[in-house]
Amino acid sequence: MSDFDDLDDLKSAMEAATPTPDAGKRAENIALAQKNFAALQGSADGQRLTFDGSKTGLIAGVRNMFNGLTTRGALTATTAMAAFGLILVVPQLVQNPTGALPIDAPRILEREAEDIDLAAVSDHVSEPAPVPAPVMEEAGMSQPAPMAPSTTRKQEAPRAAYPAAEQRQRRSVEGVLGGIVSGAPMPNSSPAMDVADGFMRQDVNTEAFPDATANPLKITSEDPVSTFSIDVDTASYAIVRSSLMAGQLPPAQAVRIEEMVNYFPYDYQAPEDALFRQTVTVTGTPWNSGTQIVHIAIQGQMPAITDRAPLNLVFLIDTSGSMNSPDKLPLLKKSLSLMLSKLTPEDKISIVAYAGSSGQVLEPTSASQSGKILDALDRLSAGGGTAGQAGLQQAYSVAAGMAQEGEITRVILATDGDFNVGISDPQALKRFIADKRESGIYLSVLGFGRGNLDDATMQALAQNGNGQAAYIDTLAEAQKVLVDQFSGALFPIANDVKIQVEFNPAQIAEYRLIGYETRILRREDFNNDRVDAGDIGAGHSVTALYEVTPVGSPAQLSDPLRYQSGQATRDNGELGFLKLRYKVPGASQSQLLETPIRAGGEVSDEMDFAMAIAGFGQLLRGENTLGNWDYPQAIALANSAKGTDEFGYRAEAVQLMRLAQSLSQN
Amino acid sequence: MNGDEAAFAALLETHYDRLFRLCFRLTGSKHEAEDLTQDICAALPAKLRGYRQEARFSTWLFRVAVNAAHDRRRRAQTRSRAGDGWGHWEVNRQAEIVEGAQMQDWLSGAMGLLTDDLRDTLALVLDEMSHKEAGEVLGVSEGTVSWRMSEAKKRLRAMKEKEMSA
Repeated sequence: MSDFDDLDDLKSAMEAATPTPDAGKRAENIALAQKNFAALQGSADGQRLTFDGSKTGLIAGVRNMFNGLTTRGALTATTAMAAFGLILVVPQLVQNPTGALPIDAPRILEREAEDIDLAAVSDHVSEPAPVPAPVMEEAGMSQPAPMAPSTTRKQEAPRAAYPAAEQRQRRSVEGVLGGIVSGAPMPNSSPAMDVADGFMRQDVNTEAFPDATANPLKITSEDPVSTFSIDVDTASYAIVRSSLMAGQLPPAQAVRIEEMVNYFPYDYQAPEDALFRQTVTVTGTPWNSGTQIVHIAIQGQMPAITDRAPLNLVFLIDTSGSMNSPDKLPLLKKSLSLMLSKLTPEDKISIVAYAGSSGQVLEPTSASQSGKILDALDRLSAGGGTAGQAGLQQAYSVAAGMAQEGEITRVILATDGDFNVGISDPQALKRFIADKRESGIYLSVLGFGRGNLDDATMQALAQNGNGQAAYIDTLAEAQKVLVDQFSGALFPIANDVKIQVEFNPAQIAEYRLIGYETRILRREDFNNDRVDAGDIGAGHSVTALYEVTPVGSPAQLSDPLRYQSGQATRDNGELGFLKLRYKVPGASQSQLLETPIRAGGEVSDEMDFAMAIAGFGQLLRGENTLGNWDYPQAIALANSAKGTDEFGYRAEAVQLMRLAQSLSQN
Repeated sequence: MNGDEAAFAALLETHYDRLFRLCFRLTGSKHEAEDLTQDICAALPAKLRGYRQEARFSTWLFRVAVNAAHDRRRRAQTRSRAGDGWGHWEVNRQAEIVEGAQMQDWLSGAMGLLTDDLRDTLALVLDEMSHKEAGEVLGVSEGTVSWRMSEAKKRLRAMKEKEMSA
């Protein structure tokens, strides 16, 4: 043991210490491998596709990207990707005319593959990011997911380190953190268990929703200004629907009122020359005779579809084992084939798979080659080994290769909650997506299936990527999101749209913003063009509702102060002043629109319906602001305001209200 | 059993012992090594499809093993940081052969002194692997392997000096 230069001592010590393999174990393990080998071999029928991206230096490209990122997880993933890059191919399936995929054959394979996947490989998927404990607590994840005893030790509280300017974004970061923590399947808590079966199942519900308590009542004389970012996501409504349809009231955190309200198309006045038109109406509150609703409607312009810019879409598709259920991967495939009808030959599509099989499944292909695209979709199968975690980076690099001047490039992430896309550090992930957003590549997120849905992360990623988060529970929803509202989802007409309302204390004693809890901005963020906010797509409409209490109303909850008579400095009869900032896509400077809020305005069915849905949302959240107003009143109001309801969305909402009514009585 | 299956079985037979040995060196415990080997065997057929014959089979197999060990380690870390076999040597040692115990104590001390990266690198290089091959397995450059080896030696030497002065 004298000279370490040649390491001989260590080597011989190592030789001596290394045990011989147990003969029984050896035979068992080899038999296990053979069994799995046969299972794969048998059903794959010789059709195999290896990750041919390597030939074009894709791995090297991805590795370069990683080097720029240098998180430990990401670096490990590089080698993982090189080693595990594989694509499982199922026998070519002929799509029948109805678009339904015969799923029996691949399912057998997928089940086998999933077993393998879960046995050992799922480690990649399931590794939860190290998360500071305080954040987790405060993010208030309601999931009873079994927590690993010391998940939270490693990095202490980046929270405290946030610079003030990043305050607003904290929420979304927490979303990511929280999401990854409770969204990813937890490792078995006892090592013994883990060793005993070596399998990890995702039986436990590991859904994660962002925590947000309802916006509090604000007293105008103390806090007259309210600022928030618009939100055009619709995921919450679809999640609520899927819960109710399954016979359960949704968890309160899953209910985001603004997303429910904005789920519906409204017949607001269209803008004439401008990009969008804002209309403010004041009307009585359905649930409180002493207060009023300030209804803010923003309608985006619908540019002529014929001369739209070509689209480059990269679908980043989760193929982890958990995607293997009819409402996940098969529904996703059908959804995407529906979408093809809206694309033109100038549009290009590429598909990258991650988590299960991985790598580029379809090189950029003109949308006119629908046969080729559908084939590639058919070849996707869930399960079969956890592979490259580098999905996101690869998708972005494919997208960057497709992007050309004047085109719109977007990555569309489709998942059931497995966000192991290549960067495990939520901060790094956020930065990565935000950077790419700056370079013009946007990200949208489509959620599928229940049980592992990570709503919190979906929100955070889409918000950072200037995209929409939608949850697809039925083919009808796919039709709505990807076909009917295709343009709105994919063509932004204005970025970073922020709303600021200043209420006049001489007129309004108290106010409360309904919904938008996860979108609140700080007052000074409104004028800060560097602060990201929501985007409006072509033809989108956005609705925001305030419940306001006029001065002197018996409904006022707070007593006036004795010593500081809230004198209004200026009372011109206005209730408040609405300011709206937006950026033309690509611009770095924002434009400002201003409108005074005055009492009155024409009340339409559209407003009544929006209020009915806002009331419905508050009922689902169990908020105590509604007094005696309950489901029957919500149903009556919604029924009276159905309007033409071309697509039947409103009728469906009434059905859901009725379901919720019955369920809430249990 | 068709030809492919037979070939696969033969391939695994050939490499099994060396795989197990590496697993032991990566984990530092027989128990852990057995589990790790089992994990790898279970997943290997699926992963095999990603094998592109650019690398030697053993290199590829080791890469799979190193990655699986990383995963296992990280998973263990989230459970309990002390789950690492080399750190738990004192416990495991009781069940190990008494013969050569002193030597193993020293070994576990030495290995436990190193970071994961250095230990993995050492495990490969001590297994008759060139720096270049080890680099291929670890997905790092040959230079990095050489640097890590000199780093490992430096720390072992420091440990030795401490021992001498004690």
